[in-house]
Amino acid sequence: MNQEADHMNAMTGNWISLGALDDIPLRGARRVVRGDLAIAVFRTGDDSVRAIEDTCPHRKGPLSQGIVHGDCVTCPLHNWVISLETGVAQGADEGSVRTFRVRVGKSAEVLLCADDLDADVKCRA
Amino acid sequence: MKKRLVIIGNGMAPGRVLDELFEHAPDLYDVTIFNAEPRVNYDRIMLSPVLSGEKKYEEIIIHGDAWYVDHGVELLKGEKVVNIDRDAKTVTSENGVTAEYDKLIVATGSLPIVIPVPGHDLPGVLTYRDLDDVTAMLLAAKSGGKAVVIGGGLLGLEAAAGLKERGMDVTVLHLMPTLMERQLDAAAGHLLQSTLEARGIDIKTGANTAEILPQPNNKGVRAVRLEDGTEIDADLVVMAVGIRPNAQLAKDAGLKTNRGILVDPQMRTSDPDIYAVGECVEFDGKVYGLVAPLYQMAGVTARELMGDANDGFSDSALATKLKVTGVDLYSAGDFADGETREEIVLRDAANGVYKRLVLEDDKIVGVVLYGDTADGGWFFQQIKDGTDISGMRDTLIFGPAYAGGEALDPMAAVAALPDDAEICGCNGVCKGKIVGAISEKGLSSLDDVRAHTKASASCGTCTGLVEQLMSLTLGEAFDPDAVSPMCGCTDLSHDDVRRLIKAKELKTIPAVMQTLEWKSSCGCAKCRPALNYYLVCDWPDEYADDYQSRFINERAHANIQKDGTYSVVPRMWGGQTSSSELRAIADVVDKFNIPTVKVTGGQRIDMLGIKKEDLPAVWADLGKAGFVSGHAYAKGLRTVKTCVGTDWCRFGTQDSTGLGVRIEKFMWGSWTPAKVKMAVSGCPRNCAEATCKDVGVICVDSGYEIHFAGAAGLDIKGTEVLGLVKTETQALEHIVALVQMYREQGHYLERIYKWAKRIGYDEVRRQIMDDAEKRRAYFDRFVFSQKFAQVDPWSERVSGKDKHEFKPMATLSLQAAE
Ligand code: SRM
Ligand SMILES: Cc1cc2nc3c(=O)[nH]c(=O)nc-3n(C[C@H](O)[C@H](O)[C@H](O)COP(=O)(O)OP(=O)(O)OC[C@H]3O[C@@H](n4cnc5c(N)ncnc54)[C@H](O)[C@@H]3O)c2cc1C
Ligand code: SF4
Ligand code: FES
Repeated sequence: MNQEADHMNAMTGNWISLGALDDIPLRGARRVVRGDLAIAVFRTGDDSVRAIEDTCPHRKGPLSQGIVHGDCVTCPLHNWVISLETGVAQGADEGSVRTFRVRVGKSAEVLLCADDLDADVKCRA
Repeated sequence: MKKRLVIIGNGMAPGRVLDELFEHAPDLYDVTIFNAEPRVNYDRIMLSPVLSGEKKYEEIIIHGDAWYVDHGVELLKGEKVVNIDRDAKTVTSENGVTAEYDKLIVATGSLPIVIPVPGHDLPGVLTYRDLDDVTAMLLAAKSGGKAVVIGGGLLGLEAAAGLKERGMDVTVLHLMPTLMERQLDAAAGHLLQSTLEARGIDIKTGANTAEILPQPNNKGVRAVRLEDGTEIDADLVVMAVGIRPNAQLAKDAGLKTNRGILVDPQMRTSDPDIYAVGECVEFDGKVYGLVAPLYQMAGVTARELMGDANDGFSDSALATKLKVTGVDLYSAGDFADGETREEIVLRDAANGVYKRLVLEDDKIVGVVLYGDTADGGWFFQQIKDGTDISGMRDTLIFGPAYAGGEALDPMAAVAALPDDAEICGCNGVCKGKIVGAISEKGLSSLDDVRAHTKASASCGTCTGLVEQLMSLTLGEAFDPDAVSPMCGCTDLSHDDVRRLIKAKELKTIPAVMQTLEWKSSCGCAKCRPALNYYLVCDWPDEYADDYQSRFINERAHANIQKDGTYSVVPRMWGGQTSSSELRAIADVVDKFNIPTVKVTGGQRIDMLGIKKEDLPAVWADLGKAGFVSGHAYAKGLRTVKTCVGTDWCRFGTQDSTGLGVRIEKFMWGSWTPAKVKMAVSGCPRNCAEATCKDVGVICVDSGYEIHFAGAAGLDIKGTEVLGLVKTETQALEHIVALVQMYREQGHYLERIYKWAKRIGYDEVRRQIMDDAEKRRAYFDRFVFSQKFAQVDPWSERVSGKDKHEFKPMATLSLQAAE
């Protein structure tokens, strides 16, 4: 069984633990899946974490597979640059993706805000 | 409180109004722009270079999103205004957005004319006006096929040349007997026609379109029928027959209009709070279709908005150039024949040069130049100044270098221009302004001059003149060949960076960025992969590859597909396989339910549509059968295609299959600036297509002819011959040395053919064929770097490396957050 899956659903208040910060490569990302929803959780060069929907506004490229630079990711399919903070496409391109609140907890674990997921359940219902 | 300025339309004219307004009075107005096009302000003139592939959309943006934020301008993209309420002083968009104004500018540009022949509204019939039109043409061009362009004027010919560049068969239909008859006389029109025909564009003049014929299902076009019954096959029809001012909105609001919106010299419409600028305007009975007068209008409007006195707009002579690379064409003024007119003509058929000056009362009134347009600006100046040319008539046609008997120095023409001579017609920038800016602001690059003066920043045809002015002003200090920086994070070029990495022994990406003073915190998606490659190449034993600086394909060792799945291509050395390999592939395909199996263009087998999580397991099974990664994803050695050679073929002269396999086994795993593809053919019949590869070998009786610098992708180019060697071992040594030379010098993403062209084919031959010591040194360095590179990335990952790459961090159950 997938070891990291053990972390799943361990809830602390409204925050869900996704695993250790070190599970994400520096300037890299990991995917978190929940039903049809895929979330890309990023760790930027300065060790902050960000979470956005893993679906590029252009043609649904998996943003978690892109190159992370500054507070942005470049999509692996056609090089759109998406802000990790706002989810908005940069430069001349137009579009945005959902963002999710995420933070690093006391014991260096990555926490995702469950309320933001609920919003998802509602809007999908 | 600030006054409210609302602008309808976000084209080139109002963009310039705001530039001028903000330069002098940044805080006077709160500005709101409604733009029907869902985008920022871009250089419409440069759509043709985007169509032909010479530029990207990003490069022709005039005001990027940040500009609007910086200047506090609210830009409403994709909001088409449908109503102006002059009593309430509001405008309202299609989507119901309303804005109040104190001053309003109407800048709705013009609309392309569509000739209402049957079939004009079929899908596949386009006009040529905005980025969407270009995108639609590019999409159509992707599938090749035939394009018919209706209209042989400036726009039609630029569209035709662009579509031809993009690989379509192009026919131009022009109603008049010669091309561009409004700007060119008949002789120049014919010259232009033969130049375009020589490029493979079919041109029919006197051609009157009667009907556009649909495909049987009405889903597109099939052909264009002319009045005389001729049918021309077409998959795409572009109508470029002219434009008319877009004045309906203003008319509906009760403003005075005729063909366009009527304005006075101050650009005011019949309502004193409403201005109009750009192509939607009619002034003194004339409408406009080039940016130079529109920019003049913009200057007037900006002054009006600031309440400054000004001379108002006045109509003046216009000059035109055609922006088709390799065609030099210039016309200005009026060149119709007339009783009182005389002409001076120069024809140099051998050099394809034609020049014609039209004179009236000892003054130049018109000029047409073809093939050599260097003096266009000077002649245009004489027209505008109304210079009396009687004193220099004999040498006039040879331009300023001769006129008046001055010395024949290529710079002389520019030096001879007075300070008020116009250099950039689009932006109305004169020589004095450019020279002044260069010396006062210490400008040293073309980009600086563009940024500060706007000269050569629109259509770019005056770039040569601007560069000459820079040389005149700066002397030796100006280097027109100065190379462009790697990316926005640094001012250094690829060459500089490569040199400094070596010279300063920089061995990590942070070290490079620190020492070379990178402007961003951790680079961008352009420089990071480049730096990672340079470091891998220069310090093979010491540098730890930074996977986060590699594109996903090289990080996951498979090719990402459009749906986020991956494809897997194992090596089949030299294109050879066996029953056991094929059986192993068949088993993997069944076991993992792989949807598509395809033979690639590189003589091997591709399995497509594999889920990322499955990759390590797929590789494990392939590995058991002896397969290693084919690096179909890598900026590295891809395939070595071969033919059957002496093994089987009755014409084979050498063991081409054997040599191909030997090269592939020797060189696989190496990283290179861009991908490297090779082929070995057993005889000059060349069944392995070796003469369009990065490196190719043609076997002959006397040995091995080595080729390089071919291309068969985005560009098509036959190879250059490197030289002939006698033995297989020599062939291998030469090829390896050549590739190492490229590895050490190439810019990231630069294929061999571009690198070799940049440094010179002879230089490559000299170092690899003639200098045995150099060749040996290159060879040795390659062999050394292979010690660290020939590790199968698949088996590494099967044994657990980069595990995180292949599975989700967490899977949340759907109830979790409820
Ligand atoms: C699979 C294959 C098509 C096929 O089904 O046959 C293919 C597939 C792709 N090619 Fe190719 N090319 C394939 C043979 C070719 C060939 C023919 C050849 O190698 O003899 C060419 C022309 C020769 C050449 O390279 O000049 C070719 C010229 C290109 C180019 C244009 C390169 C250029 O510099 O001009 C690209 C775009 C690029 O690299 O930027 C490209 C890019 C691609 C990419 C990687 C597009 C992408 O970025 O996703 C495709 C990956 C699909 C995948 O995941 O498998 N492919 N591609 C062929 C794989 C060969 C192999 O076994 O490795
Ligand atoms: C392919 C091409 C090549 C060209 N080459 C040259 C050249 O080499 N040299 C040269 O001098 N000129 C050239 N031109 C002409 C030049 O581009 C135009 O003269 C210039 O762009 C016109 O500027 P404008 O601001 O008047 O209108 P435009 O740039 O056409 O802008 C009008 C804008 O208003 C918007 N709009 C219209 N109606 C509404 C509404 N109701 N509500 C909101 N927005 C609206 C439109 O969407 C459009 O974005 C070329 C044009 C094209 C198309
Ligand atoms: S495989 Fe090559 S030619 Fe085919 S669509 Fe992809 S990049 Fe284009
Ligand atoms: S899907 Fe992301 S850039 Fe195209």
